This record gives sequence, C-alpha cells and structure tokens, in this order.
Amino acid sequence: MWRACPGNRKARHVVRGEAMKKVQFNTPAVPYLLLFPQLAIVAVFFLWPAAEAVRSSFYLEDPFGFGSTFVGFDNFVDTVTSTNYGRVARFTGVFTFLVTILSLGAALLLAVKADKVLRGASSYKTLLMWVYAVAPPVAGLIGILLFDQHVGPIVKFVALLGWHLQIGVDYYDTAFAMIVASVWKQIPVNFIFFLSGLQSISKSVQEAASIDCRSGFRRFWTVTFPLLAPTGFFLLIINITYAMFDTFGIIDVVLKTEPGNNPVTLVYKVYLDGFRGNDLGGSSAQSVLLMIVVFILTIIQFRLIERRVHYT
Amino acid sequence: MAYRKTVASLVAAAALLGTSSASYAATDITWWHAMGGKLGEVVNQISTDYNDSQDACSLTPVYKGGYEDTLTAGIAAFRAGEQPNIIQVFDAGAATIIGAKGAVVPVEDLLKANDVPFNIEDYIAGVRYFYADSDGKMIGMPFNSSAPILYINDDAMKKAGVEAPKTYEEFEAITPKLKEAGYIPFVQSHLPWEFVENFKSRHNLQFATNNNGYEGATGTELVFGEPIKNHFKAAKKWLDEGLFGYYGTGWADNQQPFNEGKVALWIGSSGSFGGIADTVDFPFSATFLPYWESVEGANKASFIGGAALFAMSGKSDEENKCVASFFEYLTTPEVQYMWHKETGYVPITEAAYALAKKDGHYERTPAAEVGIQQLSLPGGEWTKGYRMGFYVQIRDVMNRELGKVFSGEASVDEAFATIKADGDKLLARFAKTIDN
Repeated sequence: MWRACPGNRKARHVVRGEAMKKVQFNTPAVPYLLLFPQLAIVAVFFLWPAAEAVRSSFYLEDPFGFGSTFVGFDNFVDTVTSTNYGRVARFTGVFTFLVTILSLGAALLLAVKADKVLRGASSYKTLLMWVYAVAPPVAGLIGILLFDQHVGPIVKFVALLGWHLQIGVDYYDTAFAMIVASVWKQIPVNFIFFLSGLQSISKSVQEAASIDCRSGFRRFWTVTFPLLAPTGFFLLIINITYAMFDTFGIIDVVLKTEPGNNPVTLVYKVYLDGFRGNDLGGSSAQSVLLMIVVFILTIIQFRLIERRVHYT
Repeated sequence: MAYRKTVASLVAAAALLGTSSASYAATDITWWHAMGGKLGEVVNQISTDYNDSQDACSLTPVYKGGYEDTLTAGIAAFRAGEQPNIIQVFDAGAATIIGAKGAVVPVEDLLKANDVPFNIEDYIAGVRYFYADSDGKMIGMPFNSSAPILYINDDAMKKAGVEAPKTYEEFEAITPKLKEAGYIPFVQSHLPWEFVENFKSRHNLQFATNNNGYEGATGTELVFGEPIKNHFKAAKKWLDEGLFGYYGTGWADNQQPFNEGKVALWIGSSGSFGGIADTVDFPFSATFLPYWESVEGANKASFIGGAALFAMSGKSDEENKCVASFFEYLTTPEVQYMWHKETGYVPITEAAYALAKKDGHYERTPAAEVGIQQLSLPGGEWTKGYRMGFYVQIRDVMNRELGKVFSGEASVDEAFATIKADGDKLLARFAKTIDN
C-alpha cells in the first residue's frame, strides 16, 4: 500500500545544545591583536590590490608606467561595448552553470551510492577522492592528452560514433573538453563533503523515515536531501567560485595560452588583456566588473538561498 | 667519513668562490630571453663563449618562458626598478617597448656611445628597419630573425608526380594530385604571421595607415583590401574541399601532421629547420612563401619575424658598456654563423651570410638558405615592417575571427570587418597611452 512519506518539516529534528557560555577578554586590545594577522592578510592581499584595480580602471597607462591619463569610464565603456565581451560573459555564465550542476549532481549521486556500499567501501572512496590531489594544470594536461586532435583516445573514440571532435578549432568542442575536465576535477571535493554530510545524518532519523516510506527515491528527496542542504549550500558557493575562478589553470592548459577562436571565461580574459596584452586599464576595468558580479552573486546567495537552508 | 668529506668540499667550494670573486671584479649583466629547449642551449653556449672571450663582463642568460611571458616579466621588473640589462622582445611586442619612450637605450646610440663601430648597411636588408624608429635609427638589435617559408615533403611530391609550387596559382593546380596521393596537401602554422602580415609583405600591400604605423600611433588604422580577403576565401574553399588542413591557433598542433609525414606542404618558420631536421624521417626541402601571381607587384621580401634584443634603460654606464661589448660580440660573423647553423634563424649581417656561403653550409643543406634568400628579395614600399601597439591582442583578434572563418561561424568579409573594428579600437587605445 502506498503510504505518505514524511514532509520536509517533520524530518527536521532541530536539536539545540545548551546556550554557549560567554567568554570575555580582560583587556579590549587582545581580541584585536588576535585578529590582526587575519586582517593584515586581508588588507595586503585583497583590499590593497582591489583598491589598486579600481584606481587603474579609470586610467589608461602605457605598460612601462611612464604616464597614465585619467579617462573616466572609457575603459568600462570600451569593455562592455566590445563585441567579444558579451560572448565571453555568456560563455562564463553557461560554463559556470554547467560545471556547478554537473559536478554537484555527479558527486551527490556517487556519494549516495558510496554511502550504501558495505564491502570494499574504503578503496571505492579512495578511488573517487584521489583526483582531488591533482593540480588544475595537471588536470588540464591530462584533459588535452585525452582530447588531443592527433593522438587523443577520446577523439578517436568519438570518431567511431561519427563525431569529428576538434579541440582548438571548433568552439563547442573546446568548450566541451573544458567542461569535462573541470567537472572531473571538482567531483572529488564535492564527493568528500557530500559523503561526510550523509554520514552525519543520524541513523534514527533514517530508520524512522524508512518505516514511514518505502520508496527510497522519495525518502531521499524528502528526508536526506533537506538534511544535506547546509552542505549543499556550502558546496554551491564553493563550486560557483571554482567554476568562475579556479578553472583558470585548466582553461590555460587546454588553450595552450593561445585563445584563438576558443571559449574563454571572464577571468581568463582579464589575464589575457592584462598580462598577455599589457592593457592594464582595460584589464582592471574588467576585474572591477567581475568584482561587482561576485558581490551581487554573494548577496543573492545569502539573502535568497540561505534563508531556505536550515542548520541543525 | 661522509660528514668530513662534505665539510671539506664545502670549505673548498667556499675558498674557490672567494678567490673567483676576488680575482676579477667583472661587471655582471643579465639577459632575459624566451628561447627554450634546443634554442636555449645555444643561447647558453653563446653566453658562456662570450664570458670566456673576455674578463671585464659577465653575462647571465635567464630563460623567462614564452615571448609574451618574457615581455610581461620585463615590464613588471622595469616598473619595480629591477629590469635586466638585455631583454628579448618579439616582433609583435616591438611597438610596446619602442613606443614607451625611455624604456630602452636605442642600440645605435648605445653602440656609438661605447665606440663600437656601427653601420646599418652591414646588416642584411630585411632586418635593417624592422626594429628602427621612423627616422631609421636602429632601436633593437635583431637577434633571432626568421621568415615564414614553405616546407616540402619530397616523398609527397614524387608520389603525386608534381613540383613544389612557387605561387598559389601553381599550388591550386597541383593540390588535387597531392590529395589523390593520400596527403593533406597544405597546412600553415600561424595565421596572423603567415597569412596576414607576410601576405601583406610578399604582395607589397599596405597593412596600416601612417606608413604601416611607423609615423606615430595616433590615427593608425588597419588596412585590408580585396587581395587578402580573396586569399582567405580561397583558403576556406580549400579547407572545405579537403585541400587544406587547419588545426587551430597552436603552432605545434599544425606542425605535428607535417612531422608525421601526412602533410605535403607546410608553412613554418625558417627557424623550424633545425627541429624538423632532427625529427622527420622523410626527405624534405623548402622554398619561398607562395604568393598570388594575380596580385600586381607580388613576390617581394617578407617581413623579418622572430625577436630583437633591447638594452633597457636605467643602468650604469659600466653595465651599458658591457651590453655594447656583448652586442659587438654577438654580431661577429663567427657567432652569427654558429647561431644560424645551429638554429636555422637567419644570419643578420652580410658578413655572416658570406661566411656561411664560403663555408659551404648551403651546399650541404640548401633548405637553410631559403629564409635569408626570401628576406633578401627586392623590397617595396610596404615591406619594411609594421609598428602597431597592443599588437599581441590584435593578433589574438585575428586568430579569433579567422578561426571563425574556418569553423564556418563567420564569412571572410565579416571576419575582416571585425578585425578592423576591434583592431582599430585597440590601436586608438594604445595611442592614448603613449601620446599624452
């Protein structure tokens, strides 16, 4: 007989511990002193460069630094009106979405399955995790070997299916390779977090749920998944950041630093224009735009999504 | 025991170090370059030979990665006041470093100030003015100079029963036979350099306003006429008919099928010669970069490619003297001939070319002479070179848009319209950075 499965609400056992004891320092200087190293690092490695980027985004400067002219918003106008910028921004959006969804989805599936494995569980988990230790450029390198136009086994395999895959020539083929390499690289991180999230769900909740509901699939969506939400939310942020910024190494290796007619992300374009093209003003304007995007994204994440996440 | 030995050797090393630094106070100069692999070994060899040839100066070569990396590293170092004495800058970066007034000491001034005889006529015609200013003063010392030339798989020619083409018209006549013989008839390796810049030079066509950009950055704009568009329309047709192979922007991706013996004709650099000779197992030869006979006044010299050495400013007279002395050493016929023979880059002086001929180098390896012969072809109004800022990005735009032509995303006319629009915008931005 079909039985109603528990809804989200019922599954949430909010266990509150004792209110935390208040600890206070005797002198007000100590906490600041303890905070200082962290604040110093933030100031030196984030605030200062960010301020510098904002400043130089309003100037046009010759690469050697002999003179710079204040140009107001010219750099921003030039950036936004260039035909290519829109194309790069669109690709970055699609790329970030696909890499995030695919790496989260695949990792969740693998974690749920790994959680159920009884025999040989540790070797199975290790196999899934070791990719985590691979550095992004190495992941990119493995990727381009597999996808190489002349010797790549993946290229030879899909050729049998009638797909003439050409990295570096066809825009979409290159995008495909970048996404595959980026997702592959990110799955282990997500897997580790999802697995530990799954293992921290108390057995009693799961047993109660399995008495209430026979369908494992429904049980997953109504009980397990909501309990995983804090982990999932954390991973969502991490993965979006990863896809937008940390995939730089993979993209660089896949492109062999020759952008050509290949997809690039916004971050990679900042690098290309700034470090390869020596256009500091234009590159700074792009990074300021990117900062604004990240800022908006962070607000959205914490305002809209986190509200729906319940921490136990 | 082991411990004692270590201590003993450490003491000995320290003693040696002490004596060597005390015995002569040589002026140290550094040279940042972009020559990796085999080329880097030859650079190190030249440096060692130079250091052994005299006592006053000690040169340290430092490999800084690719051309773009080296230039960027040099710029960053200059801004931090820690620039090297000598930096190698490639053709596409020349406008950046020459445009920044005060970043370098013009090589002509440097040599004259240090009593090193200098006569621009000693250099082969093709290299004289590429790294010069609008008055013809040499700013950078040409170093690794190359030309795009056509490499020929001799087996393929024999199998198809054809002769290597001199013009694209001849080429069109033989490609079907090469295809029938089982080869990819034709591959290039660098669209901006081989199909745009040197297309302009070989056909004596204007590349940019302001005398190809030499007369100042302000108002410089790209110029694309019918001949180059027709060339790309033809190339797209060849690609669709399987007569031309395109493997993306990466040089190596395009060279590999030739090395594997699958390609009949490949446009590479004269500097590729040494590498190919070591790699391929089929007989090969080389000839000039083809041209369209239908374009009036074609078959002119090509632009000099490769890179030049620049003496960076802000250094002491003593160090500059050493730089001048190294440049003098570097341009001696013997050193130039050695560099030419080992790498395939062309010798930059007439005397070195004469020495290579006298030594019978070209009788042993005729392909080695093709580059310098092509650079010595008659020049025209537009074969001196080009001077455009942010040119690395302009090349990236070309690669992007011309790549779209070959992948079918854009027509040739659309691609050139975008290259001109984006390129002109970059040129205008560059003009603002230096003319202020």
